Amino acid sequence: MKFGVIRFPGTCDDVDAQLAAQRVGDAELLWHRDRDLKGVDAVIVPGGFSYGDYLRAGAIARFAPVMEEVIEFAHAGGLVLGICNGFQILCEAGLLPGALLINDHLKFVFRQVNLEVVDPNTPFTRECPPTLSIPVKHTTGRYYTPTPVQVVLRYAPGNNPNGSQDDIAGVVNNAGNVFGLMPHPEHAVDLLTGSEDGLRIFESIRTAVGERVKVTV
Amino acid sequence: MRVRVLIRPKAGILDPQGQAVERALPALGFSGVENVHVGRLVELDVDDTAQLPSMCERLLTNPLIEDYEIVNV
Repeated sequence: MKFGVIRFPGTCDDVDAQLAAQRVGDAELLWHRDRDLKGVDAVIVPGGFSYGDYLRAGAIARFAPVMEEVIEFAHAGGLVLGICNGFQILCEAGLLPGALLINDHLKFVFRQVNLEVVDPNTPFTRECPPTLSIPVKHTTGRYYTPTPVQVVLRYAPGNNPNGSQDDIAGVVNNAGNVFGLMPHPEHAVDLLTGSEDGLRIFESIRTAVGERVKVTV
Repeated sequence: MRVRVLIRPKAGILDPQGQAVERALPALGFSGVENVHVGRLVELDVDDTAQLPSMCERLLTNPLIEDYEIVNV
């Protein structure tokens, strides 16, 4: 399978996301001004500071030409994973419910957190064990939603790093094909750096894409 | 026309920046200050002010978490 990793001006986790995806399949970088997803099977909107996070995190990236294609891809049922700034962008684009606000303690946070996989039946979590150890690194990660959402990941008790509502770390849309999370699975793909739990998310996507191909054949 | 868009965090949403400023003021000897909130200000020259609400709702603010007010300058 082939992942597409979006690169905006100011993105900084695109290469890590590409390398992580390449552990389970092919992965290609997609430029923000292109209107071509190059036939990828799943899209990753990676972390960083797209367009300098000007105005609000994700507010301007949401209108990039490539995002029009991503929105169309998502509406057609394509799998989209948004990590950190990517999560913020997907919320701004209306592909995911809610919004990300500045951390309750106002500081940048960078630490390993324990996560509970609340929903192991999504295309993004079916290869996941009940808990994951994955790092977070952000200033604007406090999830807020005024309406009920489909929670996929929660920070384990005592691990909420930002004041997120109900300890929410990751959510999917109603259709279950768009997933956003603040922790960085692409930074947890090798025991050398503490954990390879993040790989389980990439493997889950590969499994889900494989099943879809079988269904359509 | 020159306009000013005032953007505020929605009431009821935790505003840690406002809280931090509110806590800092007494340290400088200012007392009797409460309900401090920190927002953003966008100033722009615009030909057709009828477009402003749409601009505010689609880009300048996130209506889920922010309220806005348009002020003529």
